[in-house]
Amino acid sequence: MSDTTIPRTPGAPGAPGAPGAPGVPGAPGGRRARHAKRPAQSSPQGPRSPKDPGGTGTPGADDARPAGLWSDAWHDLRRRPLFVASAVLIGVILLMAVVPQLFTSVDPYDAVNCRLGDARQAPSADHWFGTDNQGCDTFARTVYGTRVSLLVGLSATVMTVLVGGLLGLLAGFRGGWPDALLSRVAEIFFAIPSVLGALLILAVFRTGTVWTVMLALSMLAWPMTFRIMRAAVITAKGQDYVIAARALGASGGRLMFRHILPNSVASVIVVATINLGVFIAAEAGLSFLGVGIQSPSISWGLMIADARPRFLEAAGPLLFPAAFLSVTVLAFIMLGDAVRDALDPKLR
Amino acid sequence: MNVTSTPPLPAWGMGGAENEPLLTVEDLHVEFATRQGVVKAVNGVSYALRPGETLAVLGESGSGKSVTAQAIMGILDTPPARIPKGRVRFRGTDLLRLSEDARTQIRGRRISMIFQDALSALNPVFTVGSQIGEMFQVHEGVSRREAERRAVELMDRVRIPGARQRLHDYPHQFSGGMRQRIMIAMAIALGPEVLIADEPTTALDVTVQAQIMELLAEVQRESGMGLILITHDLGVVADVADKIVVMYGGRVVENAPVRDIYRNPAHPYTRGLLESVPRADRKGRELYAIAGMPPDLLDMPPGCAFAPRCPYRQDNCVTEPVPLYRIGATRGSACHYWREVLDGGHG
Amino acid sequence: MAATGSPILEVRDLVKHFPMTQGVLVRKQIGAIRAVDGVSFDLRRGETLGIVGESGCGKSTLAKLLMGLERPTSGSVRIKGREIAGARESELKGVRRTIQLVMQDPYTSLNPRMTVGDIVGEPYEIHPGAAPKGDRRRRVQALLEMVGLNPDHINRYPHQFSGGQRQRIGIARGLALQPEIIVCDEPVSALDVSIQAQVINLLARLQRELGLAYVFIAHDLSVVRHISDRVGVMYLGKMVELGGDAEIYGQPAHPYTQELLSAAPVPDPDGRERRRRIVLQGDPPSPANPPSGCRFRTRCWKAQEICAQQEPPLQLRPGTWHESACHFAEVYDIMRRPF
Repeated sequence: MSDTTIPRTPGAPGAPGAPGAPGVPGAPGGRRARHAKRPAQSSPQGPRSPKDPGGTGTPGADDARPAGLWSDAWHDLRRRPLFVASAVLIGVILLMAVVPQLFTSVDPYDAVNCRLGDARQAPSADHWFGTDNQGCDTFARTVYGTRVSLLVGLSATVMTVLVGGLLGLLAGFRGGWPDALLSRVAEIFFAIPSVLGALLILAVFRTGTVWTVMLALSMLAWPMTFRIMRAAVITAKGQDYVIAARALGASGGRLMFRHILPNSVASVIVVATINLGVFIAAEAGLSFLGVGIQSPSISWGLMIADARPRFLEAAGPLLFPAAFLSVTVLAFIMLGDAVRDALDPKLR
Repeated sequence: MNVTSTPPLPAWGMGGAENEPLLTVEDLHVEFATRQGVVKAVNGVSYALRPGETLAVLGESGSGKSVTAQAIMGILDTPPARIPKGRVRFRGTDLLRLSEDARTQIRGRRISMIFQDALSALNPVFTVGSQIGEMFQVHEGVSRREAERRAVELMDRVRIPGARQRLHDYPHQFSGGMRQRIMIAMAIALGPEVLIADEPTTALDVTVQAQIMELLAEVQRESGMGLILITHDLGVVADVADKIVVMYGGRVVENAPVRDIYRNPAHPYTRGLLESVPRADRKGRELYAIAGMPPDLLDMPPGCAFAPRCPYRQDNCVTEPVPLYRIGATRGSACHYWREVLDGGHG
Repeated sequence: MAATGSPILEVRDLVKHFPMTQGVLVRKQIGAIRAVDGVSFDLRRGETLGIVGESGCGKSTLAKLLMGLERPTSGSVRIKGREIAGARESELKGVRRTIQLVMQDPYTSLNPRMTVGDIVGEPYEIHPGAAPKGDRRRRVQALLEMVGLNPDHINRYPHQFSGGQRQRIGIARGLALQPEIIVCDEPVSALDVSIQAQVINLLARLQRELGLAYVFIAHDLSVVRHISDRVGVMYLGKMVELGGDAEIYGQPAHPYTQELLSAAPVPDPDGRERRRRIVLQGDPPSPANPPSGCRFRTRCWKAQEICAQQEPPLQLRPGTWHESACHFAEVYDIMRRPF
């Protein structure tokens, strides 16, 4: 027997050739080893690391630390260029939302800074992005608009993920009547035409604030997340590893949050990041219809709506907030992709 | 009933050995471009199939046995697949140099293939009758009625009970064994000269497997076609094959007439495989187990791919490429130490 | 592997019918799939009982019933004297430390998003009494070592291992709670031939060292023969023959067993022309609508009128030394074969 190459682990006594650590792919350095070599996708045999046929697997310092999905994901994220870029971008956007004064000395909420005589100017040294119909500085308004737009987009996203995701998890996992009931309710919400629905919901509140708009948008959007989550959970629930955990006596909560959720969250992350952009844009639509956030509040949506009628004369007031919107959505989509990939150990 | 266009050949079995090879694979290389790098799935495979002969290609997952067959059929997706080197000669013509149109003329008509998973190989939204009949309508331009009549004939031939009544059933209404029969019917519809069966019975129960293997042998006997049987099952091979090609790490490690291999393998891998099979006389004893794992196709060693797991290994195995040594007139072994292996024992 | 003492697992008249329903709003039962239909056997400490049969014979459902993953329609499963049929999950939890499961597919039976350490250590989180918290990591590493894996690979993910290694991880998880019985549901059928032998040897070694009892379910007759002390043959939800491995393989009495054995290919080309083969025609009937009397009669060459009227019970029959369920049971020395 080829005992010379394949060292037998101490736990496998007197087993000629057989269970002696069959080519355990050892690689020097624990942490590096884990990220070292990936198996060929086409090969069902999984990974091999023949570079170290000795398979001694020198324990690295890092291996002393217990690993977990989330800590490994975080470790992996920090070295992904996609994540770093999107994180920096989102950091700037967040800063803009919290302290817009850092980015512009002009306060667009102060009427003193708008002169009708300066309306619709082209970009210049004074007004980097030009001015709008009221003669206000577009750059300042765009920067100040970040807060409301981001608040609406983020809060509605969080709300739909929490409501749709948790209900989807519950419906998919429990099945039976809870599933039937929740699915019917979701279908009813699906059937409501979104513009009409939002008009109706906002009409009830009378005032359009960040929170009422958020509520209206999430009420209409959660069924989509619900459906996606439910389908993913039903797929994951039938997997052998869930059955194996049941055979160990795992509780329902453990099955749901430890086994099923991590394996079904990926598609929800994708939808959530796309929804974020949709929400920011939808807020604009509602403002345009007169039920969303109203002036004197500033949001990208409102700015786009205001600039629209005179777009041909002055494109800046529309294009700049639209560009900010696009960049923000892009940053979050990139972040979502990076997080999704990091949560899949196969892609690391 | 005669569905073949070629005249039936006189012999089945080794009798075909005097004839010219029907199909030869010569020094075939196939690689796949993946994110991790180039996967060298097939690294210089050669084998020959004569009319009426059953050639078993034996190997484990990742050995390249199926990829070779797909290259013969011309059904590899290129890219990611690439055939940097090699020839596939069918009656003297190199298929790899033919145009796609010319290959389509051969594929399904003169060389056909059946797969492990008959359910996914059949279209679920068409009846089996129309799927079998389509072969005749497309390739021979016969009328719908005629196609249907011949479909019934074929279904009878592959022993599907109540063929006429089942003509309008859908694939999911058949059992696994019956679906494989339908696949065989479609594969032999146009009287191919070569049939490639890729793990045709792996998904089936033993009793159904026996039926299918019997059917394949019978079809072959009647038509004289050559059969390439791709499998990992040492038992099936022993039952039906004339010749065996053993593949490992994308290479042929041994080829021989079936009895020679089972009596006295000339490659350590083949020997290991045969000795790891549980048998009555090995009960209660530890099974011989080949240590370690198959090679990484992304990173093939320069020498023998089996060397890391081999009990006969010497230093030159790791560094020197191994040719397929000829042993006598009919055998070959890709092992520097085939003499020692033939003498038996585990080094 | 000598079995000793009283049975550790007793199964009596176990039945599982899956209802078939129709209708959208009001679900109406229109029939039942009789997956397992009256199966009885005992398993003693340290013994291996092999269960063979073709797809649809109910062997996988039997595994789930033994594990308490499915609720039986009727019948009893006792593990060390404790009834688990119909027990609540909270009652089952204690029993789970005694009986564990090794599954077929090493690619789907491990959570891809958990590290090996978490997978093998999960039993301790579910049963905190089984190991003190500070000791768990050491125990997990000891388990990995026991199944022949490098204990330093505790932080790796399942996809970084080959099929055979993944099956070892699954076995380590099954061993964590120090069970006395392991139900192996096709544990090697997804593995390559050269890897199969490694895992079979591992299971045999663990049995010797830990005194485990196995219920070893597989369709590969030669693998079952190699590892089993006794073998049960199932057909359409019924046990048709049960006996020692030498009896079942050497002197099968039931026509189905004889047919099954003769159909299995033998890795020996010499004498393949001589080999006697019984090739059955057709497919097994649907378990939703099994034949009356003996279930095998529709494919049996011995079938007579009595077979349609009376169901043959599993019992000792004249001229045989083990139990079989055939009115015309008769030892038939089919096997002068080396496998």
